[in-house]
Amino acid sequence: MKAKLVLEDGTVFVGEHFGASGEVLGEVVFNTGMTGYQEILTDPSYYGQIVTLTYPLVGNYGCTVDDVESTKPHVRGFVVRELAQFPSHYRSQFSLHDYLLREQIVAIAGIDTRKLTRILRVYGTMRGMITTFDTEESELLDRVRAYERVRDQVKQVTTRQAYRMPGEGLRVVLLDFGTKMGILRSLRARGCDVVVLPAHSSREEILSWRPLGIMMSNGPGDPADLMDIVDTVRSLIGQVPIFGVCMGHQVLSLACGAVTEKLCFGHRGVNHPVKDLRTGRVYMTSQNHGYVVREGSLTGTDLELTHINQNDGTVEGVRHRSASAYSVQYHPEARPGPDDSDYLFDEFITDIKRFWKGDDEHAQAR
Amino acid sequence: MPKRADIATILVIGSGPIVIGQAAEFDYAGTQACHALREEGLRVVLVNSNPATIMTDPETADRVYVEPLTTEFLAQIIRQERPDGLLATLGGQTGLNLAVSLAEAGVLAQESVELLGTPLASIKRAEDRELFRTLMGDLGEPIPESAIVTSMEEAWAFAGRVGLPVIIRPAYTLGGTGGGLAHTDEEFVATVRLGLTLSPIGQVLIERSIAGFKEIEYEVMRDRADNCIVICNMENVDPVGIHTGDSIVVAPSQTLTDQEYQMLRAASLRIIRALGIEGGCNIQFALDPDSLQYYVIEVNPRVSRSSALASKATGYPIAKVAAKIALGYTLDEIMNPITGQTYACFEPALDYVVTKIPRWPFDKFASAERRLGTQMKATGEVMALGRTWEESLMKAVRSLEIGVSSLELPGLPEAASDDLWHRAAHPDDERLFVLYELIRRGAPIDDIATRTGVDRFFLAKLRHIEEIARDLREGLTDERLYTAKRAGFVDEYIAGLTRMPERQIKLWRERLNLFPVYKMVDTCAAEFAAQTPYYYSTYEDEDEVQDSTAQKVVVLGSGPIRIGQGIEFDYCSVHAALALRAHGYESIVINNNPETVSTDFNMSSRLYFEPLHIEDVMHVIERERPQGVIVQFGGQTAIDLAEPLAKRGVKILGTSVANIDRAENREKFDALLAALDIRRPAGKAVTGLQEALLAARELRFPVLVRPSYVLGGRAMQIVYSEQELTEYIREAVQVSREHPVLIDRYLTGVEVEVDAISDGETVIIPGIMEHVERAGVHSGDSMAVYPAQSVGGDLQDKIIANTVAIARGLNVCGLLNIQFVIHEGHVYVLEVNPRSSRTVPFLSKVTGVPMVDLAMKAVLGERLSDLGWRTGLLPAKGRIAVKVPVFSFAKLREVDVTLGPEMKSTGEVMGTDDTLGKALYKGMLAAGFRFPSHGAIIATIADKDKEEALPILRGLSQLGYHLFATDGTAQFLERYGIRSTTVNKISQGGPSLLDIMRRGEAIMVINTLTRGRAPERDGFRIRREAVEHAIPCLTSLDTARAVYEVLGALRFSTRPIEQSRVRGDGAHAGR
Repeated sequence: MKAKLVLEDGTVFVGEHFGASGEVLGEVVFNTGMTGYQEILTDPSYYGQIVTLTYPLVGNYGCTVDDVESTKPHVRGFVVRELAQFPSHYRSQFSLHDYLLREQIVAIAGIDTRKLTRILRVYGTMRGMITTFDTEESELLDRVRAYERVRDQVKQVTTRQAYRMPGEGLRVVLLDFGTKMGILRSLRARGCDVVVLPAHSSREEILSWRPLGIMMSNGPGDPADLMDIVDTVRSLIGQVPIFGVCMGHQVLSLACGAVTEKLCFGHRGVNHPVKDLRTGRVYMTSQNHGYVVREGSLTGTDLELTHINQNDGTVEGVRHRSASAYSVQYHPEARPGPDDSDYLFDEFITDIKRFWKGDDEHAQAR
Repeated sequence: MPKRADIATILVIGSGPIVIGQAAEFDYAGTQACHALREEGLRVVLVNSNPATIMTDPETADRVYVEPLTTEFLAQIIRQERPDGLLATLGGQTGLNLAVSLAEAGVLAQESVELLGTPLASIKRAEDRELFRTLMGDLGEPIPESAIVTSMEEAWAFAGRVGLPVIIRPAYTLGGTGGGLAHTDEEFVATVRLGLTLSPIGQVLIERSIAGFKEIEYEVMRDRADNCIVICNMENVDPVGIHTGDSIVVAPSQTLTDQEYQMLRAASLRIIRALGIEGGCNIQFALDPDSLQYYVIEVNPRVSRSSALASKATGYPIAKVAAKIALGYTLDEIMNPITGQTYACFEPALDYVVTKIPRWPFDKFASAERRLGTQMKATGEVMALGRTWEESLMKAVRSLEIGVSSLELPGLPEAASDDLWHRAAHPDDERLFVLYELIRRGAPIDDIATRTGVDRFFLAKLRHIEEIARDLREGLTDERLYTAKRAGFVDEYIAGLTRMPERQIKLWRERLNLFPVYKMVDTCAAEFAAQTPYYYSTYEDEDEVQDSTAQKVVVLGSGPIRIGQGIEFDYCSVHAALALRAHGYESIVINNNPETVSTDFNMSSRLYFEPLHIEDVMHVIERERPQGVIVQFGGQTAIDLAEPLAKRGVKILGTSVANIDRAENREKFDALLAALDIRRPAGKAVTGLQEALLAARELRFPVLVRPSYVLGGRAMQIVYSEQELTEYIREAVQVSREHPVLIDRYLTGVEVEVDAISDGETVIIPGIMEHVERAGVHSGDSMAVYPAQSVGGDLQDKIIANTVAIARGLNVCGLLNIQFVIHEGHVYVLEVNPRSSRTVPFLSKVTGVPMVDLAMKAVLGERLSDLGWRTGLLPAKGRIAVKVPVFSFAKLREVDVTLGPEMKSTGEVMGTDDTLGKALYKGMLAAGFRFPSHGAIIATIADKDKEEALPILRGLSQLGYHLFATDGTAQFLERYGIRSTTVNKISQGGPSLLDIMRRGEAIMVINTLTRGRAPERDGFRIRREAVEHAIPCLTSLDTARAVYEVLGALRFSTRPIEQSRVRGDGAHAGR
């Protein structure tokens, strides 16, 4: 069956439909990673977006319930050059087509995804639509242009209920803005006793769990939509060590008075070089963000710049000058992508221990 | 970290001659590195023995030495040039081994030369099996259970413990020479023994076989600040068990999940860090297809064939960046030259699929063992890019130039299924086609996967191609045509499947406007704007080629490196592209060989990485609309495209297609020579046995025979009798009215070769080369001496006159190569090639004449006379230069090493010095000959050659060498008072000359061919035994004479004081 991808600039791609049929609208973005499609599909940060992969062959190793970053795909739609007709992997449980059909995700294959990427690179992220219906193009275009971007995406993806993943080690509250399993996995690999809380939890709710550290996760959308959370976080700085990732990084920065802005087409991929300014070392990082902290806005705040993007010089990490609070724009939990930055979790654990050192009573209370 | 200020002069070591396992990729890497170093203002001193390289051009480095790559010569150059640093990781295994031996000999310390880039200790830790295993153990990186042995007993002890099959790898050999997989006790003994012999340190690694695992490679880079990145990962379609150089390889990996990809990536980074490599490194893994279990197979602490492939596959210039890292830069300080706006510290993202297929020499070596294993056998490779694997695979297959443009290999449809299954499980060079044929017959993919270890993913893709082909057989539709083109099918194949004329397919496509677009290779999957004009075709929407109105000319490259068409033609193509730019044209290069300099996007204005198939070439031409196409520098590959291009209305620049045809078509050529009154050996074309015998009688034996149309199998041969001729006609070739056999009189005599530059009027002859081996040995396998030593006066005038007459007669515009034989005082023309030849780089270098550049001037319409050139031979330069061929026989089992009219060498070296003796010595030394001052020489000389061999053998005996000879030769020697030890022929049983070789006593074998060439004959076994034991085997008395002269020249004579001559007579008995 034919399907169409319509962009707000009027470009129409005609390809083959796969996954679910129907019509979806969303913000069209591209990711340059060559592996990890299932991790991408299930990353809640893609909520509301139509994602295209620049690598042309997708679905080669099938899908499994084990390679997910959340319970279900969060993309609105999926765009590939070629869908593997015959996936091959010993762990594969279903083909990508079957998986997307099951999860009701509309997808399109067979289009010139490099052309699409080049359009997005030049004109920036755009609204778009995938449809399997045979509708007049002008009508489709009207609908794309009338589409209003979703807001408050975090509300859609955060956990409704607090839940605990018990561990023998330090108790860490994970503020779930749409967290990837990878963050949970990284904390639990270090023995943490993780309590996952809804994004909009109050200061009191958070502290009631008596956390030794607070981790703020990734999540979709514009951080400026989360000003209530920003206020909560501001009140926690200095009280408990805080480590933010991606959206968590933007929230921390906003809490400290910095400003965020939208990137032209964002950073989505697994090959983004980030320099740790403290050591001069460059790491390959996994990234997925459309907003960024404006570097100039750090001036006059309590934040210092710790990491920058080697390609475009954008802010990739900050640290509070006096409190134990820091964050990175990228994904040290990888999944997909390189685990070069795994060390940041170790630093977090070390920091937590240092912060509470001597406060034995506090520690014993846990 | 900024560039180090304490390094001003840097020595770069090249990789020497092209041999199997070490090919043009090091010319590419070395050239790129030299450019990078000079860009930084360093003075570069380069040493390489291979003249047919861009890296040995005077423009590449400040000082270029074409000298033997031995510790002694390197030491001398170091003392002369006093470099501050040495860069050895770009010269392949040869460069690395030399660096190690220079360090161990104390030369580097003595002369204060610092080894730049990867430290010596790292090299050793990666190369020495024991150190490597210890390191992997410390890191917790799994390696297959293995043992390092130096004797048969130790080998058995290990085999007893883990059982067969095992893989055997000799230490420090090129391309896995001498290694292999042993399933049986016999194979085990044979391979271990051979490995112990071939390893320069007598060491062999035996490891548990993990054949059947996925073979995955990572190209990794590290700088001294410990930044590490992966440039590319690659997946071998052929699982572990076949050398990666002999495997079909795709990039990036296709069947790895992100978890697997990252697991191996992380292991790669741990390994490169632990080794402390500064520069590039290649790491090979075996990954269990059914679990996360993996093993580290091998680490190459240097740039390699795989890194050249990775560079071309991604666009990331690994060698260039490695050179900058060696100077002290860190990855985050080096710009990514592709985007020009990002840094080299990132990991390329591909948005296409790359396929590499090796090119094997079995078309030349029909008798060779074609089975593939851990020892590499391919001489070259092709690469293709596509947006689907089907497309890139089909493009790669037609780039191979093996006579197929699809996966249907003639002959296989008739093969028995059992045979196909056997060949699928015991792979040879045709496995891809065998797999396809099995699929065509409906074999289940699961069964094939189980029996071959090839992943179902790839097999399913082959099945997809087969389904498309099957649909086409039912008739063409718009949809089917679209699908087929997107899967990389050429019109020619579609025409065959649909039984329609090819022209009609093209018309159909025109109606649908179904033409390829060109996409850019940009390292970043379009995330950033790129500036690099490096393109590949695909069938999609958007074309990215920037239109240009400049004057454009297309240069066709020479495709994969194979025997007979080597790196020389790439050298010429590169110079042609550079000359075009220098003359204000945009140069457009089309080629498909990832190893070469010509496919470096810096060498031309635009690079199209495409098959050299007429359809692909025409598509580029239709897109670019160049002024014309140059075919004379790309070897036979490009020449063969001249006529089809001209037919399609494309302008061929330089010598016209009609005149190319006059040189290649026998009848027209004969007519031309007759008109010019130039002699050539008498010959006839015959279409049957009786006719052949009649012709041979008339021409007189020996005669040179060859099929007019090569179908594989034996081609050219010298036959001495009616019986041999009968055998040849009956067995070796398929003779018919359409495919006649050519019979020429075989004239013995000195062979002379000339390369000339002509504009049709002025004919410049930079030099005349004389072959050491007489006519009958292929010119590519002969040692060639410049200037000619024995051709003077009238003969030289005649050669010049003939060359000029032919060049003008053919109205040659550009280069021309002629081979002559001087027989009984007359000059005969053997062959005329109206194109650049194998000797052009050699001759350019020794004469200092920029031959390709001059030829390009002529091609572009300049008059050579206007440039101040006159017709004739240029005066010889002072030094004598010898070009010596290099063979790869050790890698090719069952190949006869005898020199003959069929070319067998894979590469060449050059030796130059003031005297012929010294030049020969250096040339032969560079080619790998060693000249021990004493030892045993085995001589088995055919009756027809005995007289001629006498002075050589006598001389060798007088120099103190101990001759071993079989009956006939020994008796003959005794008759002339030459001492020798008689040894048994193989057929006589008992200890034979084979045992002498096996005991390592022989330093050289001289064996001339007795009639017949069947491999079972003794001579063949003697020659092969010599090769297996790395003993030089001379099959031409001319070579033997040259060796004897060198040995003589090396020696101070030691003679007793002569007795008083009062008694007069007999005083000169010693002579």
